[in-house]
Amino acid sequence: MSKTGLIISREYFTRVKKKSFLLTTILVPIVIIGFWIAIIAVSIKGGSDETSMAVIDKAGLLSDTSINKNKALKLTFINNETEESFTKKYKTQGYKAFLYIPEFNLDSTRKFVVHSSSSLSMSTSSSLERLLNNAIENKRLIQKGIDPHVFKKISSNVDVDNIIDSEEGGKRGNAKVATAVSFACGILIYMMMIIYGTQVMRGVMEEKTSRIAEVIVSSVKPFQLMLGKIIGIGAVGLTQFAIWTILMIGLSSIIPLFMPAGAMEQVASNPAMAGEAGMMGTLMQGMSSLPIFKIVSLFLFYFLGGYLTYASLFAAIGSVVSEDQQDAQQLVFPVLMPIILGFVIMSNSLSNPHSNMAVFGSLFPLTSPIVMMGRITYDIPFWQLATSMLLLIGCFLFFTWITGKIYRTGILMYGKKPSWKEMMKWAFKRS
Amino acid sequence: MHLLELQNLKKNFATQKAVDDISFTIEQGSIFGMLGPNGAGKTTLLRMITGIFYPDSGAILFNGKTFDPQNDFRNIGYMPEERGLYKKMKIGEQAVYLARLKGLSSAEATLKVKEWFIKFEMQSWWNKKVEDLSKGMQQKLQFVTTVLHEPKLIILDEPFSGLDPVNANLIKDEIFGLAKNGSTIIFSTHRMEQVEEICNHIVLINKGKKILDGTVKQVKQDFKENIYRIGASVLPEHLATYIFEVVKHQPDELLIRLTHDSTPNDVLQYFISKGISIQSFNEVLPSLNDIFIKQVEGTATARQFQPIQSS
Repeated sequence: MSKTGLIISREYFTRVKKKSFLLTTILVPIVIIGFWIAIIAVSIKGGSDETSMAVIDKAGLLSDTSINKNKALKLTFINNETEESFTKKYKTQGYKAFLYIPEFNLDSTRKFVVHSSSSLSMSTSSSLERLLNNAIENKRLIQKGIDPHVFKKISSNVDVDNIIDSEEGGKRGNAKVATAVSFACGILIYMMMIIYGTQVMRGVMEEKTSRIAEVIVSSVKPFQLMLGKIIGIGAVGLTQFAIWTILMIGLSSIIPLFMPAGAMEQVASNPAMAGEAGMMGTLMQGMSSLPIFKIVSLFLFYFLGGYLTYASLFAAIGSVVSEDQQDAQQLVFPVLMPIILGFVIMSNSLSNPHSNMAVFGSLFPLTSPIVMMGRITYDIPFWQLATSMLLLIGCFLFFTWITGKIYRTGILMYGKKPSWKEMMKWAFKRS
Repeated sequence: MHLLELQNLKKNFATQKAVDDISFTIEQGSIFGMLGPNGAGKTTLLRMITGIFYPDSGAILFNGKTFDPQNDFRNIGYMPEERGLYKKMKIGEQAVYLARLKGLSSAEATLKVKEWFIKFEMQSWWNKKVEDLSKGMQQKLQFVTTVLHEPKLIILDEPFSGLDPVNANLIKDEIFGLAKNGSTIIFSTHRMEQVEEICNHIVLINKGKKILDGTVKQVKQDFKENIYRIGASVLPEHLATYIFEVVKHQPDELLIRLTHDSTPNDVLQYFISKGISIQSFNEVLPSLNDIFIKQVEGTATARQFQPIQSS
């Protein structure tokens, strides 16, 4: 095995064998999926729990019982009590909460007060709001002489269905899903670049402070050591990413099995969660409309390009600082700036994928890995893609060459942190 | 044959000449001491010999040919003064890894590491991490990783620091053994008593220049001051003579320095003629420590504007 290969395999295996790697790799998707399950579970539970609520209706707002079709709320009307007197009694009478509706002017909206022993759940308060709004709207319609039933027939609620006409024929697209996929890809690259970049930096600092670097560079070229570390850690990132993808796919297909029978229907029947069940269908439909192969290959390319470019910068930083964490922080900041800038442009380009800013961001090699992800689900002109890729490769080669020189000098220097001027001198010194 | 020959090596850093025109040769199988105060340029010189730094000018001949770090690294084992090991890596794996970086195959490396671990009674360490070891134990491990691949040239920078006398002896015996088997050893230290005990040949470096070069015996001869110790009870009135001057006078011992080209025989004759009984008579050679201090004295203890903390 070549020396660089040896270094790569050490960097790779020492990290992959660590317990913390296994833990984060397996825990992250479980936490995400668990979170998702928890959200669904909570919303189902909140919807199915009946809240018994007392109402003092001075205005006669809810007297029309036809409005109250909500199963989640069991309303009991109380007469002959005032807000003040009933506040003391409702708990002992077995109500969890009571709603007080004073007499009010129908033309001015206002707030109503709910007294309760503990705070109301989100779904209870939202169904209560919906109930009151419906009641007020009904009253207003009647006041203006419009039959509420007629109004219901008139009002409309449309969805826009997008069919993308590609060579393979029309596919149903979904703008929201496309945006979500773009955003997810962008944020993933953003996070991976920072996480693995700093890992490279810490690895280099470890080698420098433990002085193993001096032993190793008496066997291999400093450049081989740097490259081995960068590639090894990048491979760790790819491994982690691959495991995540597999776990996510596996878990998502398992989840429905864990759901209590009829849970999905219940979700669907609950107006608060109306979108939820339909969302799965829309999601699948939206996903299948996307050019998955193109997205995955571009994602891998930009992840590698971005990672390699920044990792070499992080390696150079690690090599010039000694023990002092603060020194590292100072140098990391300018490197993080373009990453953060890229993230900002990416978020912006989600809604404006062809704006000048988005195009610039996706060509400029320091931001392109992230910004291009924001545009990935849209049609990107070929020349832009090609230019962006070439620039990224060129930038990576240039940075590796420059940082390799800084690294070579820095890794053996101890004591004071070198100034920018000194580092520039190392970078452009002929060897 | 010279294993290593340095010709007019120079290396400048931004603010100073770290190594300023140094030449010397090292014989195969010798134990070569490189001495010098802190910041003299020793580490820089060693780094050039290991191929970590390139000299600005001058040449290094290794085994008669121009030194080529890319091929000759296999024949060099370098143990830097600041010990370097991966703290979180298992000891056995680490030793094998470092040996493989030197070009050994996996099987070969594993075998060698096991042999050395048995020799140094370190078998039980295999699955421990470096951070679990005491400083002295790390030192032993570092020594093993340095000599494992049987290099022709072994460079040891302060190999005994942090070792207890038992382990120091263990390493010392290994060094003698390695030299006997044909390895050449460069030994860099400030501990002069170790140098006297171990080295055949020394150079003294100060401020980037070589100021002394020779065998230990030779250097001592060169710097001797004709001082003799006489074990005898001498009365003060017997000391008034032109053949020597008194350095130190104690009731039963006398230190003298010969003057006016007189010889030890003259001194003995003088005392015998005075009827003084002599128990012992021997020459006092300067210790390397004295020579070192004398040579370095008067120069600033630390070099100014030091970009590298070398020693």
